[in-house]
Amino acid sequence: MDSLTALAQAAFWITVGFTVAGAAIAVFPRNILYNVLGLALALSGIAGLYLFLGSFFIAMMQLLIYVGAICIAIVFAIMLSRPLHLEAPQRAVPKIAMAFTAGAVFFVALTSLAGRTNWVPAKARGSDWSIEAIGHALLTRYELVFEVISLVLLVAIIGAIVTAGFSRRSSS
Amino acid sequence: MNNLNTYLIISAFLFSLGLIGVLQRRNLIGMLISIELMLNAANLNFMAFNRFLSPDPVVGQIMALFVMGLAAAEAAIGLSIILALFRKMHSINIERAQKLKG
Repeated sequence: MDSLTALAQAAFWITVGFTVAGAAIAVFPRNILYNVLGLALALSGIAGLYLFLGSFFIAMMQLLIYVGAICIAIVFAIMLSRPLHLEAPQRAVPKIAMAFTAGAVFFVALTSLAGRTNWVPAKARGSDWSIEAIGHALLTRYELVFEVISLVLLVAIIGAIVTAGFSRRSSS
Repeated sequence: MNNLNTYLIISAFLFSLGLIGVLQRRNLIGMLISIELMLNAANLNFMAFNRFLSPDPVVGQIMALFVMGLAAAEAAIGLSIILALFRKMHSINIERAQKLKG
């Protein structure tokens, strides 16, 4: 039993390492294709963290929507826009330093806040992690939000088609 | 590994990396990637609070699903705007997109 928990611990930290490394690759290299691959790595690591948090369904949704759909869409956008080797002007150093300072200040503030707060769990905690419970809540209590999200997705699809299509007609 | 603070620190780190990316990149697609990273950090927070504190485990998962749906819509709109901008400007560097500046 002890070796099993040690194994789970090791798997957890390896997943965290993949996530952090992927996030760093997604932000720092200048080649945009490396950024997309790092983003896919980080999103897969976050799916693994969802598994550790007990939700198989959300982990699969993460793989399906983020890694499967959004990363592919970003790769298509890269393919349709400018070639990679053409422009890479250097960024001014003060701006980079200011960005890093902002990120570091935000990180320190957030972690110290999280460490200082006394988190109190709810008195009565449900234990129904099944997909049936999610579906039931989606169609009863959260039905309005569900419908609004569907409408937003429809409008977004139509808007994307219109934006991309009109710009082609006007420029060529 | 199994406490709330570990997950909060991981998600704060991811969010700060995304913030740095949004502030320092000039490539629009790079900024979009950083925004996806920030949304995922927020999602991880929802799931962690759902696992350790919330009275009903369904609520956090539904919230994470909604964030994913909105992120998909945002990515579709953002990428089509990037394509339109590239056709007009022949560049996706945001500092060249200043026609409205006059």
